Amino acid sequence: MIINHPLLGPRDASEFTYLGDASLINRPDWQAEDAADAFYEYGYLRDNPAGEHQELWYHEAGDRSWLVVTRDTTTHEISKVELARDVARARGRSK
Amino acid sequence: MTQSNRLSGGQIDRNTTVNFRFDNRNYTAHPGDTLASALLANDVRLIGRSFKYHRPRGLLTAGSEEPNGIVELRSGNRQEPNTRATTTEMFDGLEAQSQNRWPSLKFDALGVNDLFSNFLSAGFYYKTFMWPAAFWEKIYEPIIRRAAGLGSLSMEADPDEYDKGFRHCDLLIIGAGPSGLMAALTAGRAGADVILADEDFRFGGRLNSETFSVGDQSGSDWAAQAVAELSSMPNVRLMARTTVIGAFDHGIYGAVERTGDHVATLPAGKPRQILWRIYTKKTLLCAGSTERPIAFENNDRPGIMMASALRTYANRFAVTASQRVAIFTNNDDGHRTAADLHAKGVHICAVVDVREDAPVNYDYEVLSGAQVVNTKGRLGLTFVEVALPDGSTRTLECGALGVSGGWNPNVHLTCHQRGRPVWNDDLAAFVPGSNLPVGLTVAGAANGVMSTQGALQSGAEAAAAALELSVAQPVLPEAEDTPIAQKPFWYVEGCKRAWLDQQNDVTVKDVKLSYQEGFRSVEHLKRYTTLGMATDQGKTSNISALAIMAEVAGKSIPETGTTIFRPPYTPVPISTFAGRMKGQEFHPTRLTPSHYWAKEKGAVFVEVGNWLRAQWFPLPGELHWRESVDREVRQTRASVGVCDCTTLGKIDVQGADAADFLNRVYANGFTKLPVGKTRYGLMLREDGMVMDDGTAARLAEDHFVVTTTTANAVNVYRHMEFVRQCLFPDMDVQLISTTESWAQYAVAGPNSRKLLQKIVDPEFDISNDAFPFMGCGNITVCDGLRARLFRISFSGELAFEIAVPSRYGDALMRRLMTEGEEFEVVPYGTEALGVMRIEKGHAAGNELNGTTTALNLGLGKMVSKKKDGIGSTLSEREALVEPDVLRLVGIKPVSPEEKVTAGGHLMNTTGPVDAAHDQGYVTSAAYSPILNSNIGLGLLQDGANRMGEKMRLVSPLTDLTVEVEIVSAHFVDPEGERLRA
Repeated sequence: MIINHPLLGPRDASEFTYLGDASLINRPDWQAEDAADAFYEYGYLRDNPAGEHQELWYHEAGDRSWLVVTRDTTTHEISKVELARDVARARGRSK
Repeated sequence: MTQSNRLSGGQIDRNTTVNFRFDNRNYTAHPGDTLASALLANDVRLIGRSFKYHRPRGLLTAGSEEPNGIVELRSGNRQEPNTRATTTEMFDGLEAQSQNRWPSLKFDALGVNDLFSNFLSAGFYYKTFMWPAAFWEKIYEPIIRRAAGLGSLSMEADPDEYDKGFRHCDLLIIGAGPSGLMAALTAGRAGADVILADEDFRFGGRLNSETFSVGDQSGSDWAAQAVAELSSMPNVRLMARTTVIGAFDHGIYGAVERTGDHVATLPAGKPRQILWRIYTKKTLLCAGSTERPIAFENNDRPGIMMASALRTYANRFAVTASQRVAIFTNNDDGHRTAADLHAKGVHICAVVDVREDAPVNYDYEVLSGAQVVNTKGRLGLTFVEVALPDGSTRTLECGALGVSGGWNPNVHLTCHQRGRPVWNDDLAAFVPGSNLPVGLTVAGAANGVMSTQGALQSGAEAAAAALELSVAQPVLPEAEDTPIAQKPFWYVEGCKRAWLDQQNDVTVKDVKLSYQEGFRSVEHLKRYTTLGMATDQGKTSNISALAIMAEVAGKSIPETGTTIFRPPYTPVPISTFAGRMKGQEFHPTRLTPSHYWAKEKGAVFVEVGNWLRAQWFPLPGELHWRESVDREVRQTRASVGVCDCTTLGKIDVQGADAADFLNRVYANGFTKLPVGKTRYGLMLREDGMVMDDGTAARLAEDHFVVTTTTANAVNVYRHMEFVRQCLFPDMDVQLISTTESWAQYAVAGPNSRKLLQKIVDPEFDISNDAFPFMGCGNITVCDGLRARLFRISFSGELAFEIAVPSRYGDALMRRLMTEGEEFEVVPYGTEALGVMRIEKGHAAGNELNGTTTALNLGLGKMVSKKKDGIGSTLSEREALVEPDVLRLVGIKPVSPEEKVTAGGHLMNTTGPVDAAHDQGYVTSAAYSPILNSNIGLGLLQDGANRMGEKMRLVSPLTDLTVEVEIVSAHFVDPEGERLRA
């Protein structure tokens, strides 16, 4: 596969390490009342879609960017590649 | 031997004669031959024995689809089994052996299987070897393994080199037949970056095998001229002997180039094969088509071949399989073989055509409406029995029979991304479907365009379309343009032992049996009969079997469905996939800064991940590793020792939020750590398990240096980047790995300060008051060399770790050894390091095994509840904090000489020894030369409250039972007085 890195252009997938569902960005609030349940869901429950999937890839043999790659799991078609940092900010994460 | 079956003409170099050996006999051939054509030239028809029934077999085809003509090449450690004689290029000195026969090819003891064929039909494995289950491993499998299978391995390492490479192009053209060559000319003339790859050593495809003309030239001359023009284009790369083996994601193709298989001796340093990864913008599949057989009784005798193969052998290689040839066909193409062979002076016994309206010929006999019903000849064809339309039979005496059942487009690569071929009624064959790999289009016969003119035109058009060329179409040469009509004829009615898949010995009867027994889907048919599962992937057999299954089921072929093909297109040696990554090159080797010095000292090395670390340093006279290790431990604890700990991960953390960041990634707090101090840090995974441990030294308000264990350096860095970028994207913090930038040595033992004082520049005070336990700072050594000093201890002794830029690592080690002479300084390796950390009760990799929590390790109090640390929430899960969870303890045998075994389990002194009564297990064990006893660390249920308890340490597998006492994990200096000295 070829991942079109937003900063570096098209790079071979072998330069990357795969982590999984980009929902891992949505880390719960540790002080919330339901924190235990929320962390359980965060840590263990994942969707496994046949189709479009947002997932985290790490450019380990490159610039060490974490990327959010939108990939169709049935065809491997990649429709979008974003810096995970930008996605995290858009989802309201900060410090 | 003379080449008695040589004809005139052909694309071989008759001026040169080469010698080769087959089954230890000498033969001659010419350059341009394949092993197959050379064997036929020498009248060798019998080439191997079949997989299951050990039936005598010869060549079926002249190409890579060959199921039968499989041989072992070369000898000694270069022996290579299961290679197709049809694609093996001839050279002087070639050696080959037949396979799957014993004691000889002509008399094979397991030929007896053929007599018992009723018991060996489809599914015989599943029916015969069901019970008793215990027999499978010990009796059935070894016997089957010996009897079945094909060639044998040398059992020696392959001495040749294999390589990998990467190429890029605008247009990859797969196959250099008429459509591929025309496509390459079109794209090349337009200036595109083109790669043209063909598995053959000679470009041209079927043009080399036919007598058709292209324009005013012969087909092969036109091909040669096209190749000459393409060779002159700097933007076109021609890759002969290169098989494109797979279509992968996003326009990436795998290809194997056989750079050294056609020479007797590889030039030094040159690879035998290269595995290419080709990145393409567009790809054109011009893979041509494969002729399919007709099944009839005993259709597998040596000499029965595809009609098109006979034509290839005659026209390209100037060889006939026999001087007397018959043809069995259902289409006009079969007649071409008869005409071409006749023109070369071969006697055509008859053309048997199943059609009533077969074309008439005055040069030889044509039997219309006739069928071949049986054949004779134990080791090679002698007679063919033909049923005539009037019900009578006729026997033809011949040594070769060419069979033509029509042509199947080579759709294989179109399936590699799960594309499904579709049935075409006009062709009576599967053609590429719509769901093709991204960027791939198909031209020529592979797309069902079966005439030469059609192939040229579709190649030109497809190349222009792929590259979006607006230029006018090139003028195409005139070529054969016969309309194609294929009326399917799959098998002769009433036949039983009529072979479909000759490589896996699957017959028409087996397919019918599969249906009867309920294995009716094509996927089940394939697995039950093993049809198409041999090394040829059923290139000549799948469609016929499918058609028969459809007929028995009373369905159409499209209703029955088809299996799809997977990479690789043809078999690839494992060595080619490995490339240079073998032996010591399987993974990179990382050397520590003191490596060459340690080597001089005769150190024994151990692999730690990619690193090579000194394990111990034997002195003359030390006969057992324990002697060296015990000495290193004693001397370090008595005076001073030095150990290279560069391999530990080092991560530089800088920025205004650096302390806050560490607060998140570590379970314990870091915001209050003063500058100039180091703190032990415990890192959890989000699920609450311990991920890693290390130290964080605060060199400035906004600058920390973090260490990780050697094993987890990469994972921890990746995790920290994840936390930084994905969880807290606005933190002002930057990370970089500096593992390889700094050489770092542990200097441990009561004299460590005295030793360091000799090299640390005098303006830096490292006395206990000025530089206390857990102190850290930037210093200089040896007159101004910048260095970092940390007062941390893994051994439990007064100890420091000193770091200098890597390029000074070797010099620093030598200096420490020289300056340390007065203290009898000793270098120590990973074994002594391990012994000392076990003596001190420090957790390491064996304890940080992914299943342990901070509480398990006795570090529960480190997990801060006042901050948002990764893993702190889930570390409080009920099951992880129950009172009797495993706790880290020390283990000491009641008799000191008794062995403690890591992996052994702890049981109460009485009661059963089984999993239900398991109390815990030993994680680390060593002999302590300080305590003069074997000792261990382990995890024991409620271990913190069981000090002094006697238990049994058991290892039923090694028959070990040892009485042990549970003690504190801190065997040496439990109060930490030495650390702070």
